[in-house]
Amino acid sequence: MNTFDFLLQGLSVALDPMILLYALIGVTLGTAVGVLPGIGPALTVALLLPVTYGLDPAGSLIMFAGIYYGGMYGGSTTSILLNTPGESASIVTALEGNKMARAGRGGPALATAAIGSFIAGLAATVLLAFVAPTVVKLALVFGPRDYFALMVLAFVTVSSAFGESARKGLISLFIGLALALVGIDQLTGQARLAYGVPQLLDGIEVTTLAVAMFAVGEALFVAGQRNAVDDEVIAVKGSVWMTARDWARSWKPWLRGTIIGFPIGAMPAGGADIATFLSYATEKKMSKHPEEFGNGAIEGVAGPEAANNASAAGTLVPLLTLGLPTTATAAIMLAGFQQFGLQPGPLLFATNPQLVWGLIASLLIANFMLLVLNLPLIGLWVRLLTIPRPWLYAGILVFATLGTIGANPSPVELSMLLIFGVMGYGMRLYGYPIAPVVVGLILGPMAEQQLRRALSISQGDLTTLVGSPVSATLLALSAIALIVPLILRARGKGAVLNQLASDED
Amino acid sequence: MSGSTPGTRRPDGATLVVAVILAVLAVVIWTDAARLPQAGGYAGVGPADVPRWIAVGLAGLSLWSAIEAFRSGKSEREPQNAGPVLWIVGGLAAQLALLTTVGFSIATGLLFAATARAFGKRNLLLTVPVGIAFALAVYLIFAGLLKLSLPAGPLEGLVWGLFRGTPG
Repeated sequence: MNTFDFLLQGLSVALDPMILLYALIGVTLGTAVGVLPGIGPALTVALLLPVTYGLDPAGSLIMFAGIYYGGMYGGSTTSILLNTPGESASIVTALEGNKMARAGRGGPALATAAIGSFIAGLAATVLLAFVAPTVVKLALVFGPRDYFALMVLAFVTVSSAFGESARKGLISLFIGLALALVGIDQLTGQARLAYGVPQLLDGIEVTTLAVAMFAVGEALFVAGQRNAVDDEVIAVKGSVWMTARDWARSWKPWLRGTIIGFPIGAMPAGGADIATFLSYATEKKMSKHPEEFGNGAIEGVAGPEAANNASAAGTLVPLLTLGLPTTATAAIMLAGFQQFGLQPGPLLFATNPQLVWGLIASLLIANFMLLVLNLPLIGLWVRLLTIPRPWLYAGILVFATLGTIGANPSPVELSMLLIFGVMGYGMRLYGYPIAPVVVGLILGPMAEQQLRRALSISQGDLTTLVGSPVSATLLALSAIALIVPLILRARGKGAVLNQLASDED
Repeated sequence: MSGSTPGTRRPDGATLVVAVILAVLAVVIWTDAARLPQAGGYAGVGPADVPRWIAVGLAGLSLWSAIEAFRSGKSEREPQNAGPVLWIVGGLAAQLALLTTVGFSIATGLLFAATARAFGKRNLLLTVPVGIAFALAVYLIFAGLLKLSLPAGPLEGLVWGLFRGTPG
């Protein structure tokens, strides 16, 4: 069968009325939570994971994917109307989008973001469907050493290649790797760092860590700020529809954003932030109205929003085909798969094609749902932005603890939530990135397993790690990604890398 | 790396603390690895080896941080309000301590009220009942409809009693 047959088969799964309902609930919840200020897609999926506990794997994952896409759409609304981006990938959108909203053009800004997200989401999901089988074939020839090298590359790009300082990123990564050691060693059954506490034998839950660091840490950080002023929500005046001129200026940025976003998401090269930043720079360079940039240029909303969503779909390529999460959001999605004992990767395409293709087809449908939810119903979501802070954060913490209690109602789990929450607060306060901790926690054990397998095959010979062309290339790339930014920063050219900082996804 | 001359400024306290924490973490992991039996097998790499490498990495980062603390000097940070932060931490601790005895709704309601207070809603007489009612609604949706197992207390027992007698 070729991709078309698989996709048709997937559509037959996705068009089941119950599955459609799950997808609709997912995109609605995702949009609603994603719109809330201060909540990015990573936190959205972590907070809403417990909603899916009671469902069967197919329904749960499809709802979950809807939540992911919905969270991406919702984030753009926040950054346009509130100027406090809920996710780092929307920072660029806020640059121009908020200016447009202030000039009374909030409607067209929201429309170009939503339609751009739709086109990019659709195109990138189709690309995902066509690229995935090829990557799966490639992945089948990957040995343990190649997987290990791939994970090393993901570690470097997530932690130290971008952002304020390589030292801080690496510290975050190693804290994640250290936390990953807790529990039973997967190859020999030895308990490590558990100190006889039965709950620790299972290891540290990715969702507990993510919710603690993103939700609790963020709440503590916002509460601790001295001069907190509520940001003003800008009312959407006039029509949400775009004029012919808006369309003419938007369609090219949408397509360019998609082309920039998808490969960046698909490579283990950091999150959507880089894609949005590159798209913004491209639009600024190619625009016929460069003077408008900084004062509300529609291209500066259309391109980055398309890039943002295309890269979100791109992230699913390594996640589904290799089981490799390259962002914090993808790490939590992987945890969502693992709760059903499903391990994404080439095998999943062979053993459970219905599930994988149903999921991909659902993503296509979710995009249509989101377009409807986000254009005519935008007024509803805008109202969510006006929830007063005390109720908003009180509600967030209720749901944050609900997920942890629901997954494992033990005082040990809640204590971890509290401890990691305080740790997340401290890290935020002193500028240590959080995503590398989450990625380190979930990828650490996988990398260790692949490394030890590779060394078993070579009977302990370390040179095996660079023995295949794939692994040698990937490790060389990792070394470049580690060293080049260090040199750039030492020469005082770190500002660009700083802007590409990946806070969240 | 601001290029300052070493020795002219005081070291950055926060970075030094990070260096100490990383060093402690490295020692903890190393000692834990030391008690594991070395069963490397064919790989020559057993369960204790990767922890050791991570411990070495942490120690290296600790050293890097210590050097950085002295090189870059003390940096200014926005002062934080301790009060609201402590209210939220206290709310989480209260929920943790009370959860199994008073049930999900009351314990979580207290967390809700404490968080609302941290963000400026000071009237606990209002926020505690609102919080408990909100948590109870959440409980009914998640325990009732989505079959999540949440610890029940007297309040949940009462509500279920009003419905049918037993949960579910």
